[in-house]
Amino acid sequence: MSDIQVFRKETRDWLESNCPESMRKPMSSADDACWGGRNWVFRSDDQRVWLERMAEKGWTAPEWPSEYGGGGLSKQEAKILREEMKDMKARSPLDSFGIWMIGPALLKFGSEALKRQHLPPIIRGEIRWCQGYSEPNAGSDLAGLQSKAEDMGDHFIANGQKVWTSYGDKADWMFCLLRTDPDAKKQLGISLVLFDMKTKGVTPKPIKLISGSSPFCETFLDNVRVEKDQVVGEVNQGWTVAKYLLTHERAMIGDMGLASVGSKTLGMIASEKVGLTNGLLSDLVLRNEIAKWEIDAMSFSCTAERVRDESKAGQGIGATSAMLKYYGTELNKRRFETLMRIGGSDDLIWEGPISRDGWTSKTWLRTKGNSIEGGTSEVQLNIIAKNILGLG
Amino acid sequence: MALILTDEQQMLKESAKGFLAEHAPVKEVRNQRDADSETGYDRNLWPKMVEMGWGAILVPEEFGGLEFGNVGMAQITEETGRTLTASPLLSNAIISVSLIKEIGNQNQKSMLLPKIASGELMMTLAIDETSHHNPERVSMIASENGERFILNGTKRFVIDGSTADKLIVVARTNQDSHDKSGITLFIVDKELSGISVERTKMVDGRNSTFISFNDVVVEKEDILGEKHKGFEPLSNVLDIANVHLAAELLGICQETFDRTLQYLKQRKQFGSLIGSFQALQHRAANWWSEIEICKSVVLKALQAFDENDARSSFLASIAKAKLCEIAELSTNEAIQMHGGIGMTDEYEIGFFIKRARPAQMLFGDHNYHVNKFASKCGY
Repeated sequence: MSDIQVFRKETRDWLESNCPESMRKPMSSADDACWGGRNWVFRSDDQRVWLERMAEKGWTAPEWPSEYGGGGLSKQEAKILREEMKDMKARSPLDSFGIWMIGPALLKFGSEALKRQHLPPIIRGEIRWCQGYSEPNAGSDLAGLQSKAEDMGDHFIANGQKVWTSYGDKADWMFCLLRTDPDAKKQLGISLVLFDMKTKGVTPKPIKLISGSSPFCETFLDNVRVEKDQVVGEVNQGWTVAKYLLTHERAMIGDMGLASVGSKTLGMIASEKVGLTNGLLSDLVLRNEIAKWEIDAMSFSCTAERVRDESKAGQGIGATSAMLKYYGTELNKRRFETLMRIGGSDDLIWEGPISRDGWTSKTWLRTKGNSIEGGTSEVQLNIIAKNILGLG
Repeated sequence: MALILTDEQQMLKESAKGFLAEHAPVKEVRNQRDADSETGYDRNLWPKMVEMGWGAILVPEEFGGLEFGNVGMAQITEETGRTLTASPLLSNAIISVSLIKEIGNQNQKSMLLPKIASGELMMTLAIDETSHHNPERVSMIASENGERFILNGTKRFVIDGSTADKLIVVARTNQDSHDKSGITLFIVDKELSGISVERTKMVDGRNSTFISFNDVVVEKEDILGEKHKGFEPLSNVLDIANVHLAAELLGICQETFDRTLQYLKQRKQFGSLIGSFQALQHRAANWWSEIEICKSVVLKALQAFDENDARSSFLASIAKAKLCEIAELSTNEAIQMHGGIGMTDEYEIGFFIKRARPAQMLFGDHNYHVNKFASKCGY
């Protein structure tokens, strides 16, 4: 057996004996996900055990260096781990903005001290992170942000307001873009800083969305003390780090186009709900709509696979994250429009058992934000036009 | 298998690009059309392609072939989409070879495959009978008469039917059935009495043919595969043909995009390059994204056939459906973004839409494959 076959076998054996039975079932709702953090209440003992065992091996962050507690796996090994977990239907042990976003930025731009301080607790799921990027007057034009950090000698004092802070009320630490040089050109006076959400003067306040849920907060910063050693990269060079981080965010949001409702395809859901006549879905217009969506979704999923394989082989066109983000989120919106049509009036019921308390309609409304958060679809198209196509 | 080309496949693509640029650039489309070509393609081109080994790519080694697989072959079909090159590659070296390879007996394989590989023999498939592809509804009759069969009926949209030496004819041997069962394939010499061929010039300048069979007598040993059981292998080869058509359409999509992008960077209006207008930038960016999606699904489907993946038929319909949609987008956007000059015969961009539509229609268009996909999914 080649090394890689040995690795696959060992991985499968380890997962087989360490992944608890209940962690091998599809999540019944988003509430089943494990986000970790200081205030996390595990939904079950199995959820806790699964996180601890995976974190122990560093497999919550498989490709991060083992010196910081990561798995130290090669891209090929990490792909095998993903495939074996998928085969077993194993749940993700930890969903984390630490792993998806600030961690990769720290690995690329952070000081050695910052890596040693922050990466191990991210991998173990002990600290949950949130992102302080957008402001009321800086959305698509993110570089226009005005919240500032004033240099007080040995520390900064931050003031201002952030918005769309994902789970800001549940997070332990924030990575935050602040203006550190008010006189510089807008992209040049920004720094990326880290601070504890318990710091005096930090106040997150949930925002209720059209979906009824509140996954985002507005976060007020009122004379917040930020330590000088908590700047990622150089002072006033935060925009470079921020752009790198946004690439990771785009990749993450784009992936959501692939998420499935349980394990049922749209075709299966519609067959049950609308019924078949002579083997064809009784609503032929709906049948056409579903088939076209599924064809696009599978083509998109092949593309995600190709982009991964190209990057592994050192090929690829770069900046594909903008395309994946744009296409993936538009697909997800289409999926839920179709799901709403499949559900008919049942899925318009906001409360009660018939619609599982409006699960489909609430998720449908939430998807409208997919093509806004992390850079709108229009911003992604701008990035493609300028960076890839060279249109000025 | 990683979803990327191997070095050998990449090299074949490069050599195809070089060959076609030299021997069959887009201006040849105009030359063939204006010369009112009898064949619809340059007769001198096919021997050169055979010299490149292209006739032998799908032929097994024991029959004088290269056995280089569908991914390899499609690097050529994709490039012929970029140059709009007409040739018997699809009818002869892909469809006929694949059918004979799959279900031919030893005698048929050793008689036919080496000759196709070496360029001595041209074959094509005669299947469609109505204006819409529907391989299950065959009404052409092959009535059994002792050791012989008598063929009666008419085939249409037979590509390269005017230059083929032999036809693979799809006929019904069981007159009581009306679906997939009772369909048989025959290898028929085009010179047999009772066969008449009518050439039709198509919108892309290529030739297609109506072929009528009037009491054409064929022998039992002319059956390709098994009597009554022709549908399944035929269907598999139609899937392969569709993936290669998808690859050709991918070439068309990329070439129209590249040419249009170039134009957006040259053409000035209102004192600015039109590529600086956001209305066009967003359409171009969306178009580019769709082509990236297309590249992935075509390669995935091709690999599935080379690996005998159980999902290959499924992926063939996904690839053809998707590429039909995006070829339509590409050829339409190309004309619109070129503006008035895109409508002129003098400018080449309009040639792409004229080739794209027949390639889309051949062996099932977008709607056909969306329907087939949904049925395969069980709804």
